[in-house]
Amino acid sequence: MLKLILAVILIPLAGAMINGLFCWKTKRKAHLIAVPAIAIPAVISLVLFWKVAHGQRFDGTFYWWISVGNFRIPIGFLLDELSAVMIVTVTFVATWIHIYSIGYMDHETDRGYAKYFCYLNFFVFFMLTLVLANNYLLMFVGWEGVGLCSYLLIGYWYEKASAANAGMKAFITNRVGDFGFMIALFLLYKHLGSLIYHDVFASAHELTLPLATLITLLLFMGATGKSAQIPLYVWLPDAMEGPTPVSSLIHAATMVTAGVYMVARSHVLYNLAPFSMEVVASIGAATAMFAASMALVNNDLKRVLAYSTVSQLGYMFVGVGVGAYAAGVFHLFTHAFFKGLMFLCAGSVMHALHGELDMQKMGGLYNKMKITAITFIIGALAISGVPPLAGFWSKDSILHHAFVSGHKIIWFVGTVTAAMTAFYMFRLIFLTFFGEPRDKHIYEIAHENPPVMTIPLMVLAFFSATVGLLALLPGGGFEGFLNRLFEAAHHGAEHAAHGGHEAGGAAVLILISVLVAFMGIGLAYAMYMKHTPDPKKLTERFRPIYTLLYNRYYVDELYFALFINPTVGISRHVLWKIVDVLIIDGIVNGVARLCSLVGNLIRKIHTGFIPDYAWAILVGIIIVCGLKIIF
Amino acid sequence: MIPVSWIFALSVLVFATGALGVLIRKNAIVMFLCIELMLNGANIFFVGVSKMRGAAEGHIFVLFMMAIAAAEAAIGMAIITAFYRRKGGVEVDRADLMKW
Amino acid sequence: MEMGNFPILSVLTFFPLVGVAIIAFINRENVNVIRWTAFVISVIEFIISIPLYFAFKLGTPQFQFVEKLPWIKSWGAYYYMGIDGITLFLVLLTTFLTMLSILASWSINKRVKEYMISFLFLETTMIGVFCALDLLLFYLFWEVMLIPMFLLIGVWGGPRRVYAAIKFFLYTMVGSVLMLGAIIYLYWMHYKATGTLSFELMELLKLKLDPRVVPFLFLAFALAFAIKVPMWPFHTWLPDAHVEAPTAGSVILAGILLKMGTYGFMRFCMPFFPAAVQKFAILFLALAVIGIIYGALVALVQEDIKKLVAYSSVSHLGTCMLGLFALNLQSVSGGLLQMINHGISTGALFLLVGMIYDRRHTRLIKEYGGIAKVMPIYATFFMIAVFSSCGLPGLNGFVGEFLTLLGAFKTYPLFAVLGATATVLSAAYLLWMYKRVFFHEITNPENMKLKDLNLREFIIMVLIVIPMFWIGLYPKPFLERMQPSVEAFIKLAKGEKSVVYQMEGRKVNLASLISEKLER
Repeated sequence: MLKLILAVILIPLAGAMINGLFCWKTKRKAHLIAVPAIAIPAVISLVLFWKVAHGQRFDGTFYWWISVGNFRIPIGFLLDELSAVMIVTVTFVATWIHIYSIGYMDHETDRGYAKYFCYLNFFVFFMLTLVLANNYLLMFVGWEGVGLCSYLLIGYWYEKASAANAGMKAFITNRVGDFGFMIALFLLYKHLGSLIYHDVFASAHELTLPLATLITLLLFMGATGKSAQIPLYVWLPDAMEGPTPVSSLIHAATMVTAGVYMVARSHVLYNLAPFSMEVVASIGAATAMFAASMALVNNDLKRVLAYSTVSQLGYMFVGVGVGAYAAGVFHLFTHAFFKGLMFLCAGSVMHALHGELDMQKMGGLYNKMKITAITFIIGALAISGVPPLAGFWSKDSILHHAFVSGHKIIWFVGTVTAAMTAFYMFRLIFLTFFGEPRDKHIYEIAHENPPVMTIPLMVLAFFSATVGLLALLPGGGFEGFLNRLFEAAHHGAEHAAHGGHEAGGAAVLILISVLVAFMGIGLAYAMYMKHTPDPKKLTERFRPIYTLLYNRYYVDELYFALFINPTVGISRHVLWKIVDVLIIDGIVNGVARLCSLVGNLIRKIHTGFIPDYAWAILVGIIIVCGLKIIF
Repeated sequence: MIPVSWIFALSVLVFATGALGVLIRKNAIVMFLCIELMLNGANIFFVGVSKMRGAAEGHIFVLFMMAIAAAEAAIGMAIITAFYRRKGGVEVDRADLMKW
Repeated sequence: MEMGNFPILSVLTFFPLVGVAIIAFINRENVNVIRWTAFVISVIEFIISIPLYFAFKLGTPQFQFVEKLPWIKSWGAYYYMGIDGITLFLVLLTTFLTMLSILASWSINKRVKEYMISFLFLETTMIGVFCALDLLLFYLFWEVMLIPMFLLIGVWGGPRRVYAAIKFFLYTMVGSVLMLGAIIYLYWMHYKATGTLSFELMELLKLKLDPRVVPFLFLAFALAFAIKVPMWPFHTWLPDAHVEAPTAGSVILAGILLKMGTYGFMRFCMPFFPAAVQKFAILFLALAVIGIIYGALVALVQEDIKKLVAYSSVSHLGTCMLGLFALNLQSVSGGLLQMINHGISTGALFLLVGMIYDRRHTRLIKEYGGIAKVMPIYATFFMIAVFSSCGLPGLNGFVGEFLTLLGAFKTYPLFAVLGATATVLSAAYLLWMYKRVFFHEITNPENMKLKDLNLREFIIMVLIVIPMFWIGLYPKPFLERMQPSVEAFIKLAKGEKSVVYQMEGRKVNLASLISEKLER
């Protein structure tokens, strides 16, 4: 088992190394290395998944990494239901995105092309490390490593100032979250003496309630950074500066879900801290709605999807926050397919339009790009929660659990957000693919992309449509599979949700969520196809709200005004120019100046006249002799 | 017989005169003469001690010192002459290179 | 590997002087011959030092490769050398960085002969400082070391070199003088107590001191080392010295000389005065944390790349000090490892800054922008160094930083949390700098014609990147060699004097060895 796991992890690394070190050799053939370097692990992942499905688990050490006294951290791996689901998701989606990238990146320079695939493989390596680690520190390695790759790939077109800024912003924002994560690790080590999951979870019950709450909140702080939740979500929309397949893989399907994975992985700890669970669920719900509201008015194709991702991540946190870890992870799983798909479709549109992202300039593209449009619609239906597509099952499961666990407000917020989701997604579709072309030139150049790009779209569309049906498998379906892990740790602290499903109540809830999805779609159709009510007039009427939403609540500006500018200003004008240069160096140089001042005074007695010196000698003799006589 | 103490008194007197001269005069030649006076004061002291102890070492030292003083006088005068040529006078306050 | 009686430490210490002698006889016009000679000498020196790593005995805190010869008998001073887990890697780091620094000094064209002589002489004194176990000998090397460094800054430095050199020299001297006083006091106290004269570390460690004077002695030592570290607020010599020093000088200054401060704390200051350590721990921890945050914040706003790296040193060394004063196994191991890491990653950054300075003769960030396009290899190495410096897992910086903070958290949670902000701040200042230098479009036409690294520079960077990955991925060989010494240090600094070092193993007598060889 260890060998297979190592193969899964190390093959992408090898691919990255080859493309990284020999990029002047591999050039345009980089994908010949990079794609197999993901596809082979994808196959192995399936094998591993199959083994796990048959009840095998693995928890073992490759080698001891850091070992100082009783602090021992292995490079070790844990394969159980959760990580099996994760590796399959990551490698499968990544494989198709790699293939898609061959077509998408064909305008790049030779070296840039190899570099791109190197980073992409490298990312998969870190992502797999993250999900397969058997201890928190190794997870942290993957955690930071995917952050590094995200930084590199967002800043891939580094000559663009916005891309360079976005990469830096992503990394530093993540570091803020990681700060909390690190403190949580310190606390875990201090009080439990280990960071290996096995030991931590086994002794977790020794933690006092405040301590468990503190640890889980700090861990969640890490998750807000990585998974773009309030208040650290700001980096994700900017991260759209990266190449679109990257947005698809890293900023939709995999990396950003690491926070959800981490919370699910730490479910033993979270179960001990009900308050933290409430916080997770509330922040998730708040983020879901907040982000969806910004997506309503944005005209940038990718940014709408980015806000949508933030919003969907919010759903996942609602899921894990109300104790329905399996539902949260299920949504993570389905989301990887349909959101990955939609980003790839957006990329397809961009590629065809030579980088144009403004939806207001598009329209009617359905005639030109049928495959892209249809697959996108499948994705949008999936995310909107239209049965029987994937999103319906997972999102509905989350809302159901939220409702039955007594989080009525969160359920309400989630349901409203579902309507908003359906609305902005179909607003996007109608603006982009239907109606009259609003920019003739752009319409002219539009064309369907080569099969290397459309086949991944079709494959992912197929899965977006169908993976939800896994919920219907015998034995509780997908969630039942995961609950083998989560329930084992649950003991008595069982939520009512997991008991008997109240069939009647469940049906009503399902009906409501389907209904709101269609309401959203219908409203979008009315506004953007029929122009009743006309969106422009609505904009005029609700100008202040529109401005607020359009400018993203001015959060970026707020952060700049509150944190960044004061820090830089104080550092420059107070710490450096005043404390360092003026005060400390002033004292140092002042001492030096004092010395030379005293020297200047004293040297005046050196008149240069020999008799003066002779006098001084005489006086000295008299004093010395006099002292000798007196004493 | 002249008491030894008188000889010592004379030596101190001569030495003090010389020292005072060195301290208060500014003419290099006069200062030089005063230095010779100080040397001679010391010589007298040696003679006195020698007489007191009835030994000859003091006399021998005096002879040595006179020889050295003669050599020193030659060098000293040479320096003063050179100084006069450079500075146009023999006043010691013309030598101020060591000032500050 | 069996070392026999080979006096390897003496050979290591004085071998560079052989190089000095050889270079002294080379015509100063033959610049290239001088360079190559110096380089070959430093390579041989490095090769000689490698056996230390393999022959080093694991699991014992005792000093190894010990040599003891009477030096000044009437004073009881010995030529007494030895290393343990604390100094092993510092010595290796010294030989390694000196080799790279000399290779990086090809761009020096002024008085090459004197430059190389100073450099090799500096190497001798640095190794001497780390190996000396006799306080007088230590002090001798400690002071003599200032001279070549003073020359390197003052002769081959930038425009304000004289100011910087004098500032560096005097600053260090102030501390050293107080330390000398304290050493002499210890020496006399030892004489009073035992009737024998000795400067030996192990002998002086056994002293029972008057509790009233202990704080003063501690502070006298601490000031000398705190200036060297440098701890806030004694750090202002550092940016000046770094900015003005030639590239290789900065590398050595940051890589080795700063470590002497932390090393001094570990070897002398804290083991000698455990009572005072307890008393002043909070003060020093606070200064360390201030240093971490303050250094990072000031680095954030620097306009000169080299100055930025210099202030980042203040921040990193703050982490080391935090680790040392938190006094537990993880924190001290982490602090010690962080010393090595800082030498490597900051050394790499200075080397890289030097390479771009050689091309453009400016270090101002605003002069650059977009050079990742014209110098991709350079940009890659720079990025590795940046991430190593800001503690990305998988590279060396992380292991040291994490261990330090983890350990510190066990004993002083508040300070550790404050210190951990460095992870955010270091990413901020380094990446912001990186972005401004390497990203964006090239606006300055001067930058269009920049050439990427040549073979010599490429080799330097490859060599220095290897240990970054090594320590990051497999730190065990480092940690296991340090551990016994770290444990001994902690016991000593906590006042458990029962574990005072014993003289172990053979005493090597260089003179008798040579005569033996000659007879054969």
